Amino acid sequence: MSAHSSATSSPLKGYFAVWIALLAGTGLTVYAATLDLAPYNAAVALGIATIKATLVALFFMHVWHASEKLTKLVVIAALFFLLLLLGLTMSDYATRLWS
Amino acid sequence: MSMATAIPQPAERENYLNKEYGVWSWLLTTDHKRIALLYLISITFFFFIGGFFALLIRLELLTPAGDLVQADTYNKLFTMHGMVMIFFFLIPSIPAVLGNFLVPLMIGAKDLAFPRINLLSWYLYIIGGVMMLHCMLTGGVDTGWTFYAPFSTSFTNTKIVEAGLAIFVAGFSSILTGLNFVVTIHRMRAPGMTWSRLPLFIWAHYATSIIQLLGTPVVAVTIVLVAAERALHLGIFDPKLGGDPLLFQHLFWFYSHPAVYIMILPSMGVVTEIIACFSRKRIFGYHFVAFSSIAIAVFGFLVWAHHMFVAGISVYSALVFSFLSYAVALPSAIKVFNWTATLYKGSIHYDAPMLYAFGFLGLFTIGGLTGLFLSALGINVHVTDTYFVVAHFHYIMVGGAVMGYLGGMHFWWPKISGRLYPEGWARLAALIVFIGFNLTFFPQFVLGYMGMPRRYYDYSHMPEFQVLNVLSTAGATVLGVGYLLPMVYFLWSMRYGKPASDNPWNAAGLEWKTASPPPTFNFDEEPVVTWEAYNYEELDAPHSEEVPVAR
Repeated sequence: MSAHSSATSSPLKGYFAVWIALLAGTGLTVYAATLDLAPYNAAVALGIATIKATLVALFFMHVWHASEKLTKLVVIAALFFLLLLLGLTMSDYATRLWS
Repeated sequence: MSMATAIPQPAERENYLNKEYGVWSWLLTTDHKRIALLYLISITFFFFIGGFFALLIRLELLTPAGDLVQADTYNKLFTMHGMVMIFFFLIPSIPAVLGNFLVPLMIGAKDLAFPRINLLSWYLYIIGGVMMLHCMLTGGVDTGWTFYAPFSTSFTNTKIVEAGLAIFVAGFSSILTGLNFVVTIHRMRAPGMTWSRLPLFIWAHYATSIIQLLGTPVVAVTIVLVAAERALHLGIFDPKLGGDPLLFQHLFWFYSHPAVYIMILPSMGVVTEIIACFSRKRIFGYHFVAFSSIAIAVFGFLVWAHHMFVAGISVYSALVFSFLSYAVALPSAIKVFNWTATLYKGSIHYDAPMLYAFGFLGLFTIGGLTGLFLSALGINVHVTDTYFVVAHFHYIMVGGAVMGYLGGMHFWWPKISGRLYPEGWARLAALIVFIGFNLTFFPQFVLGYMGMPRRYYDYSHMPEFQVLNVLSTAGATVLGVGYLLPMVYFLWSMRYGKPASDNPWNAAGLEWKTASPPPTFNFDEEPVVTWEAYNYEELDAPHSEEVPVAR
């Protein structure tokens, strides 16, 4: 196997490990939903979902091993625009007169 | 005098149109040019459906009383008009037809990077389109194309989920087209085709693709959330369930404002090519025009809340979005000034594509400047939800995007079909479209400023608005004729038009260096680019071989 292909493809057991981690995350989400964490329920659920999405992007979508600058550019651009969406939307919520 | 060149009837060369025959050769093709034609037929079909709804809307408003259709039907008419025109005509129009056809040709590639994904994108578009047709035929939707919650999630009993799903599927078609263009432009440029030698049409499509890739998933997720709230009663947008209706508007407009740039940026790319060719000059300020496309794509994502100034967002946030909305006008203005500077001392030819480009310049400028009115918080409050807004966005999306599309269709028709269209008829059509458009939409600025609300089917309590509405309806009829004409003579020209030379406009650009129509893999040999973009001075030098002749 060439150096290129060994650098870009994850071994099968790595995929299984990520899959197990994703299943564990799903289980944790279900368990967390049964706990009364007051306003933190949503934060915990979103936190777990973010970790799971990151795992999918890094390993199943090969971002971890990406050698292409274009791939990195796409990831950075997507994160940047997600931040724009969240940041500017929250700028409305944070400064609204809630009375 | 027209500058297009015809050639004597040659023996027909093998090209992408005659290489294979039969329905399956089209339905299973992976040739970007054939897929472009599949899109052309499909979007034309939806354009006439959307146009039919528009005509019914204008007929209803001919008289102040609501006497042609019921109120509910009227709500569905303007909703379906918007959904069909935006998602099934305007968004795919230039990228999926002209972009598909021209991006590989302009950069010297054999095809797009992912030909099968390209075909998949057309099938997704068709599946979405069939779902939308089914939705229309079985009741339609009455929320307006914006799906505002909580009306869409908790109150209306029309076909929200089906329409949403149709747009969701069509959205993936748009994402795949954008993905294909980004990879193709990065990876498949011919030797010597550096970024600063790219035609500005390509820069415009690159910027458009960024929006398609980054924005469309957000509207897809938003539509899924609407369906989830409707079906599962999850509290996302409905305050009764603990949701926030403004969250819907934030998510929806995060995509749908940049979507306007998906429609207008490719049109700007088309107009740039036309102005350079018919002025016989290099585009003034090439790099400024190129980077202004990218700036529009980025700034376009920062302005969405100007659609929400009266919806209850924070005043501080509104101030920021007002400022940013002014900022997005800068790159657009850079383009307009540079196009105008290109015309200065140019050798201008008034062929049909150029007439459309002139129309674009004037109408887009009016649309853009009235956009600044709407960016101003005070005026926005006065004219929100009036016909002023309707006129403004039609000046951008029809006056701008459709004018550019028609200009591009005329400019590249000889390349697409290998035939020349009748120039006289084309000039007449351009004139009719320009007159019809202004007659339709300019009165709407006045109506809106006087206070006529949009989406009213009955204005019998304000009969003084009738004269302007009659003018607008008359204009829509003229505009309809203007749109029908090109379809008729394009079809006519495919059989009876004179064969076009490879480069009938003596234009710069790689697409003109191959046959008309091009062979399946575009070029007989891989082109090597050694010249700068828009080298019209060299082309028009005395040694140039092709001399324009009158038809």
